[in-house]
Amino acid sequence: MTSSVAMDEQYNPYTGRRVVEGHDDVVPTAAQLGLEPPRFCEQCGRRMVVQVSPDGWWAKCSRHGVIDSADLERR
Amino acid sequence: MTQAPARTDILATAREQVLERGEGLSEAQVLEVLQLDDDRLEDLLALAHDVRMKWCGPEVEVEGIISLKTGGCPEDCHFCSQSGLFQSPVRAAWLDIPSLVEAAKQTAKSGATEFCIVAAVRGPDARLMAQVAAGVEAIRNEVDIQVACSLGMLNQEQVDQLAAMGVHRYNHNLETARSHFPNVVTTHSWEERWDTLRMVREAGMEVCCGGILGMGETLEQRAEFSANLAELEPDEVPLNFLNPRPGTPFGDLEVLPASEALKSVAAFRLALPRTILRFAGGREITLGDLGAKKGILGGINAVIVGNYLTTLGRPAEQDLDLLGELQMPIKALNDTI
Repeated sequence: MTSSVAMDEQYNPYTGRRVVEGHDDVVPTAAQLGLEPPRFCEQCGRRMVVQVSPDGWWAKCSRHGVIDSADLERR
Repeated sequence: MTQAPARTDILATAREQVLERGEGLSEAQVLEVLQLDDDRLEDLLALAHDVRMKWCGPEVEVEGIISLKTGGCPEDCHFCSQSGLFQSPVRAAWLDIPSLVEAAKQTAKSGATEFCIVAAVRGPDARLMAQVAAGVEAIRNEVDIQVACSLGMLNQEQVDQLAAMGVHRYNHNLETARSHFPNVVTTHSWEERWDTLRMVREAGMEVCCGGILGMGETLEQRAEFSANLAELEPDEVPLNFLNPRPGTPFGDLEVLPASEALKSVAAFRLALPRTILRFAGGREITLGDLGAKKGILGGINAVIVGNYLTTLGRPAEQDLDLLGELQMPIKALNDTI
């Protein structure tokens, strides 16, 4: 049996922990400074395959597909 | 009672020895520099800048880097998020050739003359060497940029293959002082790294060798590291500052204080007056924007622009704008510093 993920669940892209209202997760300093690409899928918390390039990055979740920094207009 | 003879100020010594004669500081002298009080920092940076300008000139060499093979490394370098031995969030990935060429094009657009292909491996296997050969050929056909590689430890056959491909510079960092290395890596030795560097030089490729500061080394060991590098005489020394990576053994180490990082930059310039001294990873988190400027005015004459292998850097435009503001020309292709 596979567990289903509630539609409104969110995960911290830098730690992979589930976001719980009222409980702040510790975000690494480098991530706070915008120096870290996402490592975990925000929708399911899975670890993503991440490729960094000189002017961007992309990250792939096996369930939720690819996000690209160019699409997000952020580095 | 007799008085001890007055000790000559190390900056006065460095001015005469390094700036005037071009002779790098010894290990003991570098240690004196590293031990200077913070109120001497500005004088130290100014001297290191003068040394850089006199012995290297005003040009700055700009480089971009890319990870060809990410993660899953069998080695245990304690600073590295790409080791397969640690609980790091970095997953294994391979870059295809079209994406590699595109990255080289992006890098060239920034004005960079160097593009370094990096793989997280102990040393390359046949599959990786084939991928590198295809990648280097594709880049040379489509992009006007010099290609460097960083593929771990090499054997003689691999060194010869890379030289034949036209790879003009090979990066292999000693990472830290010889005496501190066993605290940083246990799966291979400092001497094995040295052997690769020796073969690279003998094959006619330029040697790029630096390391990471802030990995728990003492000031004495930092000075020792500068002497180790001076003995090697590399063409380029990339200076990284530890950016503690989650899940690695060094994940909880403190970031180096900015003043200590800048003192180290200047001290390494005084130990290596003619080398290409490159600002590399960790400078953003360690120094911030102001520190980057101080470093470029404190002995640095090369930068990695844009992102790093698994982490992000300042946008390339910020560094290029800074170089413009400082009236430091970017080194053109085929110029030598």
